[in-house]
Amino acid sequence: MAEELLTIDHLTKQYGENVILNDVSLTVHKGEVVVVVGSSGCGKSTLLRCINALESIQGGEICLQGEKIEQEGKNITALRQKIGMVFQCYELFPHLTVLNNILLAPVKVQKRREEEVKAEAFELLKRVGLEDKADSYPRQLSGGQKQRIAIVRALCMHPDILLFDEVTAALDPEMVREVLDVILELAEQGRTMIIVTHEMQFAKAVADRIIFIDDGKIIENSKPEQFFSHPETERAKQFLNMFEYKRK
Amino acid sequence: MEQYLPLYQKAAVLTIRLGILGIVFSILIGLICSFVLYYQIPIIKRIVAIYIEISRNTPLLVQLFFIYYGLPKIGIPTNAEICGIAGLSFLGGSYMTEAFRSGLEAVDKVQLESAESLGMNRFQTMRYVILPQAVSISIPAFMANVIFLLKETSVFSAISLMDLMFTAKDLIGLYYKTTESLFLLVVFYLIILLPISIIGSLLERRVRYAGFGD
Amino acid sequence: MPDLGIEVLLKGNNLMRLLAGLGVALKISLIAIGLSIPLGILIGMLVNGKNPIIKGIYRVYLEFIRIMPQLVLLFLVYFGTTRAFGWDLSGETASVFVFTLWGTAEMSDLVRGALISIPKHQYESSAALGLNRSQTYFYVIIPQTVRRLLPLSINLITRMIKTTSLILMIGVVEVLKVAQQIIEANRMSSPNAAFGIYLTVFFLYFIACWPISRLAAYLEKKWR
Repeated sequence: MAEELLTIDHLTKQYGENVILNDVSLTVHKGEVVVVVGSSGCGKSTLLRCINALESIQGGEICLQGEKIEQEGKNITALRQKIGMVFQCYELFPHLTVLNNILLAPVKVQKRREEEVKAEAFELLKRVGLEDKADSYPRQLSGGQKQRIAIVRALCMHPDILLFDEVTAALDPEMVREVLDVILELAEQGRTMIIVTHEMQFAKAVADRIIFIDDGKIIENSKPEQFFSHPETERAKQFLNMFEYKRK
Repeated sequence: MEQYLPLYQKAAVLTIRLGILGIVFSILIGLICSFVLYYQIPIIKRIVAIYIEISRNTPLLVQLFFIYYGLPKIGIPTNAEICGIAGLSFLGGSYMTEAFRSGLEAVDKVQLESAESLGMNRFQTMRYVILPQAVSISIPAFMANVIFLLKETSVFSAISLMDLMFTAKDLIGLYYKTTESLFLLVVFYLIILLPISIIGSLLERRVRYAGFGD
Repeated sequence: MPDLGIEVLLKGNNLMRLLAGLGVALKISLIAIGLSIPLGILIGMLVNGKNPIIKGIYRVYLEFIRIMPQLVLLFLVYFGTTRAFGWDLSGETASVFVFTLWGTAEMSDLVRGALISIPKHQYESSAALGLNRSQTYFYVIIPQTVRRLLPLSINLITRMIKTTSLILMIGVVEVLKVAQQIIEANRMSSPNAAFGIYLTVFFLYFIACWPISRLAAYLEKKWR
């Protein structure tokens, strides 16, 4: 088995009395694509936000390549540079062009040479079919285009792991495909990813492993074939049934 | 200090009376002009646009000087009270227009289309669908304008209307009662403006709770 | 046809005197705005913090300045400080003081509003990209705040210029006062000059304010 990249150990997250994540443990290996599913409000987005230290945690620990991720840690910005994240709402910076959105962090944070990053940015933009949008502003783009740019922006940081938080949830159906195709391509390249999604067909296609979370707990952790055809728990069966349409 | 109270009370009544009249006319002008702009009535909308620019880019005091001292010279007689109300309405009309217009335009165009698809005519659409929503949206700007216009009445003293400022200035200039007159001046303006300001922020909160505006 | 003020206006250096009067008003508002903008930014950022005492004091300051007519504030400072502290402020100093007090209040409220209006996910996506706190403010938050703020602060300039007409009432010789003097001096020869002279003052103010408000409207549209 490949090396362990991310380890989550007995993670607990709560707001006051309200427990969002309850004793969650998970290991992600290099090159693995883990898809997290579950009904709304089960805590799957919170899990991603905890990995990127956007949320404080109340118990357990999260380590990236053996280094502990802590919200108040000194090295948190350095660690975050190794974690690429794309959010549900298009979070491009509205005052910058597409190109400057992509360049900002590599040039200002990682202090890399602008020409080098620019060349890489154009290469990636071409791959997602948006090289002609480099000088556009975010408001001139469709939702699907913005999400593809957000993915390019994350990739340009050369992250070790990518987190996708329901990136197609706010998109029109015909735009979902163009974004998911990009993520599929990344999977083929062997990138390590954790994907939270509601698109079950996509999950089946892209995942090496499916994590099913219910009420803040991981209750299934299995291969996609197994999860979708023979879910072990009653909750997972109910959940998967929601995606089936039958006339009574 | 009590001996000056009646003077201030009289002055406050004048401030409120002229202020309310000016605001009522401002609302009328504002409603008419905002409809003209909303329905894009040709030619008239240009006149309205010019009026708004002139009204918003000149001070009330200068408007009043022109109306009060200038207009009689070309044979238009004015008295101080009418002049004050006219000046306040000229200024307030454009501010009210902006408040109502942005309220009307903030109502989603889908609302207009869905009302029409229900078979409503233009008037019914305006009366039952657009206007109620627009009014809620306009309330914060409207209340801010009311306070603004009442404050602006303070320049009426320049055309020798015996308002609160005039009374205060009189007491300072003639009797050197600076402390008393300034104190009463602030108190009386607070009595007039504070309740409106509080009502304004309460209304604003209610509008927000009702889920309008955003 | 009796003269409605045009002849008087062109007589001697009357027009220049009017313009110089407008200059006094513009100078006072520019000094006040120059002081108000940095002070307002500073205070607006300060009250964005959590200290309840600072917030409470600020609230009272803001509400009092907002609710009082500017003319009342001018009277309070011009007449009141003489009585209370024995200061003998000139009309111009009192005007600059009041306009700065008022401009700072308005500006700080604009800054506060602009900072609140930046959505939370802008901070989060900056963090996710590895930007630290100062980088987030410098590259992401401040540029967006400035865009929202600039049109509004330009509007504040026109409001301030218009309000300077009030300083006539505390004895500053500005454009309206000069107009009065000119009309008075020519009372015998041109009794109807008030019409033309006040109309000129009216348009002088318009010419001073209109381009500035057009600029604000243009920027607001461009950066929306």
